[in-house]
Amino acid sequence: MVILNRVSKTFGKIKALDEVTFQVNEGELFGVIGPDGAGKTTLFRILATLLLPTEGHATIKKHDVVQDFGVLRKITGYMPGQFSLYPDLTVEENLEFYARVFRTRVEDNYSLIRDIFTYLEPFRKRRAGNLSGGMKQKLALSCALIHRPEILLLDEPTTGVDPVSRAEFWGLLHNLQKQGLTILVSTPYMDEAAHCNRIALLRQGRILGVNTPKGLQEEYSLHLWGLKGERPALLLPLLRQLPAEFRVYAAGQEVRVACRERNGIEKIKALLETSEKWDHIQISLVQPDVEDCFIALMQENNELQYK
Amino acid sequence: MKAFIIKEIRHLLRDPRSLLILIGMPVAQILIFGYAITTDLKETDIAIVRQTNDPLSQLIIQHLDASQWFRIKKIETNSSRLENDFRRGEIRMTVALPDNMEKRLMQSSPLEIQLIGDASDPNTANLLAQYAKGIIRTTVAQSFPSQYSGIQVTSRMLYNEEIRSVFMFVPGTIVILLMLLSAIMTSISLTREKESGSMEVLLVSPLRPYEIILGKVIPYIGLSFLNAAIILLLARFLFGMPFRGSMALLLAETVLFIALALSLGIFISTITLTQQMAMLLSMFALMLPTILLSGFIFPIENMPLWLQYLSNLMPPRWFVVIIRGIMIRGIGLEYLWKETLILAGMTLIFILLSIKKFKLRLE
Repeated sequence: MVILNRVSKTFGKIKALDEVTFQVNEGELFGVIGPDGAGKTTLFRILATLLLPTEGHATIKKHDVVQDFGVLRKITGYMPGQFSLYPDLTVEENLEFYARVFRTRVEDNYSLIRDIFTYLEPFRKRRAGNLSGGMKQKLALSCALIHRPEILLLDEPTTGVDPVSRAEFWGLLHNLQKQGLTILVSTPYMDEAAHCNRIALLRQGRILGVNTPKGLQEEYSLHLWGLKGERPALLLPLLRQLPAEFRVYAAGQEVRVACRERNGIEKIKALLETSEKWDHIQISLVQPDVEDCFIALMQENNELQYK
Repeated sequence: MKAFIIKEIRHLLRDPRSLLILIGMPVAQILIFGYAITTDLKETDIAIVRQTNDPLSQLIIQHLDASQWFRIKKIETNSSRLENDFRRGEIRMTVALPDNMEKRLMQSSPLEIQLIGDASDPNTANLLAQYAKGIIRTTVAQSFPSQYSGIQVTSRMLYNEEIRSVFMFVPGTIVILLMLLSAIMTSISLTREKESGSMEVLLVSPLRPYEIILGKVIPYIGLSFLNAAIILLLARFLFGMPFRGSMALLLAETVLFIALALSLGIFISTITLTQQMAMLLSMFALMLPTILLSGFIFPIENMPLWLQYLSNLMPPRWFVVIIRGIMIRGIGLEYLWKETLILAGMTLIFILLSIKKFKLRLE
């Protein structure tokens, strides 16, 4: 459905995308996950035919994003990361405007947005600028869907939205997927990876890996321990004293330590025994989540680049 | 495109404060221009210096005082006493009448009347002197028709007999306001779409560039036209400006000029990225040339040649000619076709340039 082949994009001296290659299958909910500045928006704008790739090719349904932009603009629904609706128009007026701009009517495609619109129904007459963040995103999604596209490109739809609305939003995306839409979505939140069929991890314009969330966790080749204690702020500098083969980083209230060898735990314990202060520290073997995978891949990638 | 126009009109109506400024500003401007900034002289204080009080000098003084331009503040016998009054700005001009004017005239000996003006404001001084000369000449001629044998020059100002400056300012104000409002409004409203990100969605929509551009232009033509109509009504009924020519032609030319200004605004927006940039560019690139080179304040004939050529490129220059021609001289299209064609051509060029420069992508 979507094929990216060594797509690069440079802005002056900055390389925003560096040989990005992956494929999205028809009917898939595909996530592009990466921190701010990873190149997600650039990638989505290239797919939305708004930017030209400096090198490489990208096609959607065999239509090239450079040459066939006219066709693609009809079959893609694009929701930019920035809130792109008119804040001084009401919910209804925004929807009506986009419907007519895309040469259709709200009623014709109402079935597709019915789900989403039930949330918005009470605010029909409210100006879009006065909606909450979650409602704004739902309205923007409705507007992107209004011409019944075959593929949806959603650039960071859940950024700046509260957790409840985020969960609702992912629910809506699952429903759309059931109706046959192919959905590409980007997010900086690693914990949202689980909602996607497959994910691509993006960092500094490079793809670190493409896999299912589960496959990614299974591929994780390190042993990972989580350390919990009363003063995690002090724990981190302590554990940083471990040799270079240990990877130490904070994750929420925990400090995580990853190591290739199984007996790495002995070294950690030895370090903790140096002082009574650390008696209360609890160590447990943990299952890696997407963030752990991201960090592991990131460091592998750095080492590769180093060599 | 209809949807686009409806959307634009909604934008305009949703922001009543901006709308009020857009409509109120022209009214304020025309009132300010019409009332405050006026070069018409009224009841300027002057002084008379005379030695003898013969009937002729009395008559001259009477006539000067009776005219709408002068008020006699002082009558002295020696001009040296008036120096301080000049300095303090209490009088603007002194008329020094020689003694025994009547006797000299009878003997046909040369008669010299001296006008001393305050030329710190040269335009005013010049005008005052002209007016005074005129009054004195007529008075002398009336009293001594036979003796006054010198060539008498009378000037008559056609179309604007009283040389009222409001006639000059109304066309000028219309031009400036239409130019600025139209260009600024469209350039800002287009760059706002770029800034807010809605342009991204408009670009991926099936809308063609010309639809986006025309959708932006049409609502603003309406608004600018309303502005022009208000200014014209005020000019007619408040300042008594004549409408000698065809009203329909005037309105049609106004629409043409608005379209030109709007297309200029759109052109500006295609080469700028932010609202501030668009605003600054519209102000600097349009305001000064409009005011300075349109011929509405400074006559184009007096400019150095290269500036005259440059002024040919300024759209307002042609519209000033048209609007003055229709309103004050009452001439029709048969005399103004050249200017009209120039404006139409410029509009076409800017619209085509904008459509061509309009980017289908973000880069």
